[in-house]
Amino acid sequence: MGHASRLIASAVIAAAWLPANVRAADDVAALRAEIAALKADYAQRVGALEARIDQLEAASSATVAAAPAEPEPPPPPAAAPAKGSSAFNPSISVILAGNYADLSQDPADYHFAGFMPNGGEIGPGERSFNLGESEVTFAASVDPYFTAALTMALSGEGDIGVEEAFFRTTSLPAGFSIKGGRFFSGFGYLNEIHAHAWDFVDQPLVYQAFYAGQYGQDGVQVKWLAPTELFLEFGAETGNGAQFPGTRLGRNGLNGTTLFAHVGGDLGDSIGWRAGLSWMDMDAEDRAYEDVDSLGMPVVNAFTGSSETWIVDATFKWTPTSSTRRSALKLQAEYMRRTEDGSLAFDVDGADLSDSFRSVQEGWYVQGVYQLNPRWRFGLRYDELDAGNTRIGLVQDGELLASDFPLLLPASPSRLTTMIDFSPSEFSRLRMQYAWDDARDAATDRQLLLQYIYALGAHGAHKF
Amino acid sequence: MNRLIRGLCVACALAVTLPAHAAIKVLATTSDWGSLVTELGGDKVNVYTATSALQDVHRVDAKPSLVARARSADLIVATGAELEIGWLPVLLQESGNSKIQPGAPGYFEITSALRLLDIPTAVDRSMGDVHPLGNPHVQLDPRNIATAAKALTARLAQVDAPNATYYQQRGIDFQARWQQAMTRWTALGATLKDVPVVVIHKDQTYLVRWLGLKELAAIEPKPGVPPSAGYLAGLVQKLGATPPKMILRNAYNDPKAADWLSERVKAPVVLLPFSVGGTPEAKDLFGLFDDTLNRLLAAAK
Repeated sequence: MGHASRLIASAVIAAAWLPANVRAADDVAALRAEIAALKADYAQRVGALEARIDQLEAASSATVAAAPAEPEPPPPPAAAPAKGSSAFNPSISVILAGNYADLSQDPADYHFAGFMPNGGEIGPGERSFNLGESEVTFAASVDPYFTAALTMALSGEGDIGVEEAFFRTTSLPAGFSIKGGRFFSGFGYLNEIHAHAWDFVDQPLVYQAFYAGQYGQDGVQVKWLAPTELFLEFGAETGNGAQFPGTRLGRNGLNGTTLFAHVGGDLGDSIGWRAGLSWMDMDAEDRAYEDVDSLGMPVVNAFTGSSETWIVDATFKWTPTSSTRRSALKLQAEYMRRTEDGSLAFDVDGADLSDSFRSVQEGWYVQGVYQLNPRWRFGLRYDELDAGNTRIGLVQDGELLASDFPLLLPASPSRLTTMIDFSPSEFSRLRMQYAWDDARDAATDRQLLLQYIYALGAHGAHKF
Repeated sequence: MNRLIRGLCVACALAVTLPAHAAIKVLATTSDWGSLVTELGGDKVNVYTATSALQDVHRVDAKPSLVARARSADLIVATGAELEIGWLPVLLQESGNSKIQPGAPGYFEITSALRLLDIPTAVDRSMGDVHPLGNPHVQLDPRNIATAAKALTARLAQVDAPNATYYQQRGIDFQARWQQAMTRWTALGATLKDVPVVVIHKDQTYLVRWLGLKELAAIEPKPGVPPSAGYLAGLVQKLGATPPKMILRNAYNDPKAADWLSERVKAPVVLLPFSVGGTPEAKDLFGLFDDTLNRLLAAAK
């Protein structure tokens, strides 16, 4: 093409010049030389092409001779016409869930002995039939640079909450990605996973006590994945830190800084694993909770200070790839340790006394889920919390009694949970769970939960 | 100080450009596409296959090791038609690799080059695991392999432009060898025409159509739905009048239902590799078809 256009250009220039210019003879000679060079070049190319055609013909002649009836492979289909403006509609997925609960203790007084109440969704919920949260997700690519998703949770009482609403980059270089908006934090293992994908009806006690279930905030997350065969991921997040254990602060700037690292890989052909270490630093201002003082009077107390948590997580999944039985075993465990340092105000609406406060609290769980086949799974989980020795300044200097803070008395709640679930397909699951729950410093709560989960519409892929 | 910065920049530039001369990294979702990439890419590609032939590709975990492979891949070769919808999107999303996102040259779907069978006119989940874009189990028709290979050759040449002529040459060579093999297979398979068979899942459709087998029934009442005792009893009754010559079982299928039916209708179960690596003989794509035909012919005698 380059040659051809040059040739035409030369010819045009030559035509303009020739009649008038005496030096035309020189130009004609140059032009001839160029044409000769072009001819040689094309002859060479045509020769190469002919050789290639011969080669192809030789290769296929045997086929044609032996199998003349061989039909041509069908051509690719004509592109289906996009359906107008609806072609750009986001994919929609709806999750319906509900349960029946039989609880031996009154769920109204459910709490974790030794831990400050966080006002979140803790415990097994109410007795009898309950409609769980219905989840609606819209997701789509925004443009070549971003994807975005919105997940709304509709409670049985009719409240609509924005569970997640975030954008995510798809085209940053060097393994970086950025997520912004409201999203579940990437620390630990279970935190990012939506309720319908949990292996038990409820979250481990440590998630309920430390994060009121799941930790999400309005903020931004940066992740980097190392270019190695070993899975090695680092992430950092910051945001408004409004959710427990933080509170919305009255100042500008950032709160709720989280750093996490995950490492993972394979052990042989059948075991995949992932482990992680995370750290979260939050600030709380007047984080209030209700208690009852030593005289039996209701009081509101409030914590102000820093809350720092370390999280260790590990997950192993054994999926034999050399067997046609689709059995699998998943083991996972997480450990969290939180230090809260600051001041505690007693009876903020009345006496309003305040002094130093420091607590170091721990919690962990370990669980195993065995998949007999794609339909049947069995699970076992053990949970434990340790409230530690909380130092309350008002008690240490003798102003108040330890029994003025009954919810903060040393305790170690625990729970044992068993689970069986049956999934007729990938989109429906029926589950039975039985737990012996010693979260309160009282008689064991024996909990029977029957649950259904249905997935409608587009259903996104699940994480490891 | 300036010299130090300049030195670092040069080092960085080198670090970025050097790997470009090494073999490109390809992540293939199944062993069949892994084998095809090896045929077409030779020593210019470094192939990693995400699944084994005995796994059900519908249900695979997005393991961390696969995310790590996706991170440094230059090209993803997937089946497409939503076969890998349960796990591939997570790999792409978590990989942080813009080269392999859908729409980019580094993302290639085999089915994008093919005309699919069984495209449903209406879809509803009550119909089981239907694939709205058509049947994605395309590898058992060798004509599909030939067509897909052409498109894949073009894609390799695009992704790794400096080696374009190498891929084109290898593509021509592969097509020649494949055409020869297809002639052999077609001749061998001629005797299988109209042989009545029972399949397990709708993933034998392309094989059945290529060889002109007669599919009497499927053991799964609906795609992905395991048969109930009542359905199987009905199947035995139905097949009593028109007995199949054989029951086809893929290496990845659970043998139970096929064995049960085999006893009742007095037809042998024929184990087929289904994918490269499904049987010891199916070492590559050529072996896949050689072995499939050998096993079918042995049972048809």
